[in-house]
Amino acid sequence: MNAMTTPFRGTWSLPYRGKVAMAGLIIAESAIFTIFVVAYLFYVGKSLSGPTPREVLEVPVFYTICLLSSSLTIHFAVKSLERGKQSTFLSLWIVTIILGGLFLFGTGREWHRLIYEHGLTISTNLFGTTYYSMVGLHAFHVTAGLVMLCIVAAFGLANRVGADQSRRIDVLAMYWHFVDGVWVVVFTVVYILGR
Amino acid sequence: MSSSAITIPGVQIEDKPWVDTLHEWVTTVDHKRLGVLYILYALLFLVVAGVEALIIRIQLMFPHNHFVSPQVFNRLFTMHGTTMVFFMGMPILFGFANYLVPLMIGARDMAFPRLNAFSFWLSALGGFLLYFSLVGANGLYGAGNAPDVGWWAYAPLTARAFSPGHSTDYWTLALLVSGLGSIGTAINIIATILCMRCPGMKLSRMPLLAWLNLVMSGMVLISVSPLTAAQIMLLIDRYLGGHFFDTQAGGSAILWMHFFWIFGHPEVYILIIPCFAFMSEIIPVFSRKPIFGYPVMVAATVCIGFVSMSVWAHHMFSVGMNSYANSFFTITTMAVGVPTGIKIFNWLGTMWGGRIQFKVPMLFSIGFLFQFLIAGLTGVMLGSAAFASQLTLSYFVVAHFHYTLVGGVVFGVFAAIYYWYPKITGRMLNEILGKWHFWLFVIGFHLTFDLMHVPGLLGMPRRIYTYEPGRGWGTLNLLISVGAFIQAIAILVFVANLIISYFKGAKAGNDPWDAWTLEWSVSSPPPVYNFASVPVVASRRPLWDLKHPEDPDSRYE
Amino acid sequence: MQRKQNSIKLKTLFVLALLFLFMATAAAAALADPSTGLTNIFAPASTPAKMVTHLSVFVLAITGIIFVVVFTLLVYSIIKFRARAVDADREPAQVYGSTQIELAWTIIPILIVIVLFLATARAIHAVQDAPEPAGAIEVTAIGHQYWWEFRYPKLGVVAANELHIPVSDPAKPTPTFLTLLSADTDHSFWIPELAGKTDLIPNHPNRMWMDPLRTGIFLGQCAQYCGVQHAKMLLRVSVDSPADFAAWVRGQHQPAVQDPSVATGRRVFESNACMNCHAVAGTNANGRFGPDLTHLMSRVTIASGAATNTPENLRLWIQDPDAIKPGSLMPAMKLSDSDLDAVVGYMETLR
Repeated sequence: MNAMTTPFRGTWSLPYRGKVAMAGLIIAESAIFTIFVVAYLFYVGKSLSGPTPREVLEVPVFYTICLLSSSLTIHFAVKSLERGKQSTFLSLWIVTIILGGLFLFGTGREWHRLIYEHGLTISTNLFGTTYYSMVGLHAFHVTAGLVMLCIVAAFGLANRVGADQSRRIDVLAMYWHFVDGVWVVVFTVVYILGR
Repeated sequence: MSSSAITIPGVQIEDKPWVDTLHEWVTTVDHKRLGVLYILYALLFLVVAGVEALIIRIQLMFPHNHFVSPQVFNRLFTMHGTTMVFFMGMPILFGFANYLVPLMIGARDMAFPRLNAFSFWLSALGGFLLYFSLVGANGLYGAGNAPDVGWWAYAPLTARAFSPGHSTDYWTLALLVSGLGSIGTAINIIATILCMRCPGMKLSRMPLLAWLNLVMSGMVLISVSPLTAAQIMLLIDRYLGGHFFDTQAGGSAILWMHFFWIFGHPEVYILIIPCFAFMSEIIPVFSRKPIFGYPVMVAATVCIGFVSMSVWAHHMFSVGMNSYANSFFTITTMAVGVPTGIKIFNWLGTMWGGRIQFKVPMLFSIGFLFQFLIAGLTGVMLGSAAFASQLTLSYFVVAHFHYTLVGGVVFGVFAAIYYWYPKITGRMLNEILGKWHFWLFVIGFHLTFDLMHVPGLLGMPRRIYTYEPGRGWGTLNLLISVGAFIQAIAILVFVANLIISYFKGAKAGNDPWDAWTLEWSVSSPPPVYNFASVPVVASRRPLWDLKHPEDPDSRYE
Repeated sequence: MQRKQNSIKLKTLFVLALLFLFMATAAAAALADPSTGLTNIFAPASTPAKMVTHLSVFVLAITGIIFVVVFTLLVYSIIKFRARAVDADREPAQVYGSTQIELAWTIIPILIVIVLFLATARAIHAVQDAPEPAGAIEVTAIGHQYWWEFRYPKLGVVAANELHIPVSDPAKPTPTFLTLLSADTDHSFWIPELAGKTDLIPNHPNRMWMDPLRTGIFLGQCAQYCGVQHAKMLLRVSVDSPADFAAWVRGQHQPAVQDPSVATGRRVFESNACMNCHAVAGTNANGRFGPDLTHLMSRVTIASGAATNTPENLRLWIQDPDAIKPGSLMPAMKLSDSDLDAVVGYMETLR
């Protein structure tokens, strides 16, 4: 028995590494989004031609509400799972997926309108470039999140997700909250500040 | 490199077929093996990029030399810079972090071993992609081959119009991919340090190496991402008709510069902070004293981490920012010199009153101190925007950053290799060859990089494949090139030492340096599980406490 | 054993000292030699360059003192605190730190930083925010891959690669204020003895000024990597007396010489692709991609300083630009020998 093998007196508890890792990923992703936001704001009003935001953008209120309420549903889904209420968890989880899917559908519809009715593409002007990149990057992250959510839903439907997995599910929910948070920023920049 | 095995007499153990060994190494998730893979990968690229540098120096030996064409020269300096920063510097430092952090905090592996392996192979793919450009980049007009846009790839030189073909795209993709690997490793290091420390190891008892890698990893998360974002934008410009940096459509070339340097400046601190960590572990052991001012060292590093995020535009002092912006970046750049200087003083304070042993790791560390002092001072000169208007984009800057990167990072890495090679392989590196390596490298380094400041002061810009006679640059460039070859010989001695000592070096034992951190408590090399039982620590130097039970650190902390 | 170790150490220190002495001499000789080119930042001949040199001396003095102090401490500690054989089994006093010392070496550097910053800020403002006096010459410099276009909007002059500006009398200053633009990638205008460098960035006009205080030739070159021939995008500034400058302007105002004896050459010039890129004032040729050739013979060099302006070099340049400046954007014209001689003869008349 020496100084290094004497048992430790007291409790030694460290944070859960899943949460720390997801926090790290969120920090890195936030940095990427910040650069796209900076580019967007820098180029507001600087397009040399083509449609301006004011002319073509319509505020996507409904789809924003869908996405933001999906944060609520996923939060309560995780809470239910922690309490072992698997069926409540699964229903709320699937509602989250539907709300996220609706948001993506809405983005697709908006892009279709912008491209075919207003001729705004990523190569039209600075507004087009910055708008499609930033919103597209966000939509890409929503898609990736939805894929993960669907995988969990599949396991859930196969009755494999219980209270024991709630820590990991919580980590995934952190990511989903981040994606929603990014939308708040993107929405503010594009539909409020940039018009 | 195998896990230490217990030999039972009278039992024959078959040699493992080499295919099995190869398979083990390729599929490993063990932090020690991944660490070794990172380090070997980086040493390979050190040699490759070093050869690129030698060719550059041969071309510049005389004015109007014709050793290589301008096209080849421009590819050489682009590849040399990109390789050294991304495929030598980053991997070797991640390799040491991977190997040492779990051992030093009493953990059995990193927090996410499979993510660890994935990140390594992503980085490896990046290096492969960059060099694949030599064969694969034939695009429009047959204009392919290695990238030739400089390692900063300024817009609009990287636009389709000025860089046809795919060479720029290989640059972009190689760095995008390895950047993702870097972010993965950084997340892993942070999670390991915050969540896997052994009982008793409060953050205030962690070895400084762990602290500094924690800060470095945080910086990676925040500053590699801007480069990733900028590269996505560049790809959108080149392939989807975007206009992020398209000056004809109202885009801004300066925006690329801001995004690049918001990455680029913290990147160089990311490269040097792990070397600060090596110094903070090696100098105390060979001075036989604890590090002077542990809490201040932590605070200074955190300070450097934050302030270094605010200095980036000192790389842009010539682009025409207004006087207020230039003044702002002057003061932040000079401010970051304060915590850096404090660290140098603390290392001095560690040596002061000690009993300094001039083993090879300490020789390289002393070289580091001397050179980083000079590099910091030329950095202050470059940080003064008005002075910098003459110095920037000249060979003065090239001299400065080679002073920090070679005189700082490479010397630090050499010190680390000589110090931890015994732990990794179980054998000591040869002291005599080590001293030859050191002295040859010091002489070559100073001949090259001390003199290199002068052509800059005499008006020689960077990135030129040849220069005019009659400007006073010729003799200096010749001597600089001679120094480069002396350094190359030193590297040959080093590689010979690494190989010979692996087979013939003296057995190291657990603790050849009489050191104090946890990695020296296990065998050399360590067993695959690191610790038979998870250690419990009561101070910053658990092995000092064991060796000096009459006067343990735990009494004073 | 100890004596042998000491003598080895002394020998190594001696060798190192010799090495440094050698390098210091080489460096000092290079810097001090007046014939060492005309691009020495410590030989300023214009106010902005002088302001920078004065600041640099101040910064060098302070950093020099810091270096001497820390270096001395480092060398002292290596010598004084080296392990001796007698120390073999004793550890030195285990000192953890000292708050007073930490405070001292935090506060003193902060004060030094503040002083250096204030000196720098003064120089920055003096150089960048200098007002433009009435007698200033206005030049617009446009960077191209790999040559310089100079336009004098108020004087109506279009020139290339070689800049003529008047010397500036401090009593009645006639500085040159440049507007810096770019037609393609990033470039940088650097004449070390006249001013710090400023970049030419497309879609981002920059301003700089210089007031040369003596006549003479000042050299420089592009300092921002701009492509294959960045290295040979040279600059040549001729600072003229007021009379010489006026004469030069008058010469630039003359229309293109119409020498009938080179009519063949002129026909070759105008019927090949030459006029797509080049301009000769008063003729059909008004291309903008390449330098204006109206007064080509008033220049000492061709190809932006890559070769001297001789008939042989001109012939080689037109026939095979890659022989002089590989990768330049001037195509090899592939003329027959007689056409080539004719067009060179024509160029030779464009004084």
